[in-house]
Amino acid sequence: MSEAAPKNFRTPLAKVRGRGAARAGTEDFWLQRMTAVAGVPLTIMAIVIAMLLLGRNQAAVAQILGSPLVAVIMLLFVICIVTHMKIGMQEILVDYVADDSMKLTFLLANTFFCWAVGLICVYAILKMSFGV
Amino acid sequence: MAETTSPVRPRAERPLSPHLQIYRPMLTMMMSIVHRITGAALYFGTLLLAWWLLAAASGPNAYAKFEWFIGSIIGQLFLLGFTWALIHHVLGGIRHLIWDTGRGFGPQEREWLAAANLIGSLALTVIVALIGYLFMGGAR
Repeated sequence: MSEAAPKNFRTPLAKVRGRGAARAGTEDFWLQRMTAVAGVPLTIMAIVIAMLLLGRNQAAVAQILGSPLVAVIMLLFVICIVTHMKIGMQEILVDYVADDSMKLTFLLANTFFCWAVGLICVYAILKMSFGV
Repeated sequence: MAETTSPVRPRAERPLSPHLQIYRPMLTMMMSIVHRITGAALYFGTLLLAWWLLAAASGPNAYAKFEWFIGSIIGQLFLLGFTWALIHHVLGGIRHLIWDTGRGFGPQEREWLAAANLIGSLALTVIVALIGYLFMGGAR
């Protein structure tokens, strides 16, 4: 062989710019599947918990939702679905919103909404759990 | 005139990017759309979940307001719709997870999976709603 095989196919300019595989492209894809798998049993448990609380008064509901096992299940459920729905809505937005500034606005709103909903739920569960 | 001197031929009246309205509706396609719609509906439905949890954490007065809303006709419809969307999206998600393993893509399999998803979600919603009303005292 007269010439050694190139070790790297990136152009010099691409090397200078530091481009190449970001190694993080499948992060959202994987997180969406992971939260989907976790979401199946967690949703079933959350539906059962909600049904057990139907028709009970506030004191009983707060006491049961604040009990350690129920509170932990509900916390896992909320964190799981909020993570899942943020990625899901993000996917819908990048699919359908063509305008860049609109897309940025909606993506920001999506992030704010999911953090707000998630934090409200987590705060409420912890408040009932710690009884303050 | 610009049209006559232009070398570009007048553009024919045909769609550039065929989208949903071009295709004949099929069950698998409709279920794909419904999966996305239920996902988006559940997204806003979490406000109901957040309200419920926050009301329960706040006290009897806040919880009474939530109970009043969820007991109203609109609240009941919201709750029923939320229940169906949640069950449908979970079953649809299981379908997607089966597909992620590379299985279930055959012509009969995918039709069967789509039908099972729809029938299953409707049946489970009826069961959950009936148990809720008959045995658990309803949403009050």
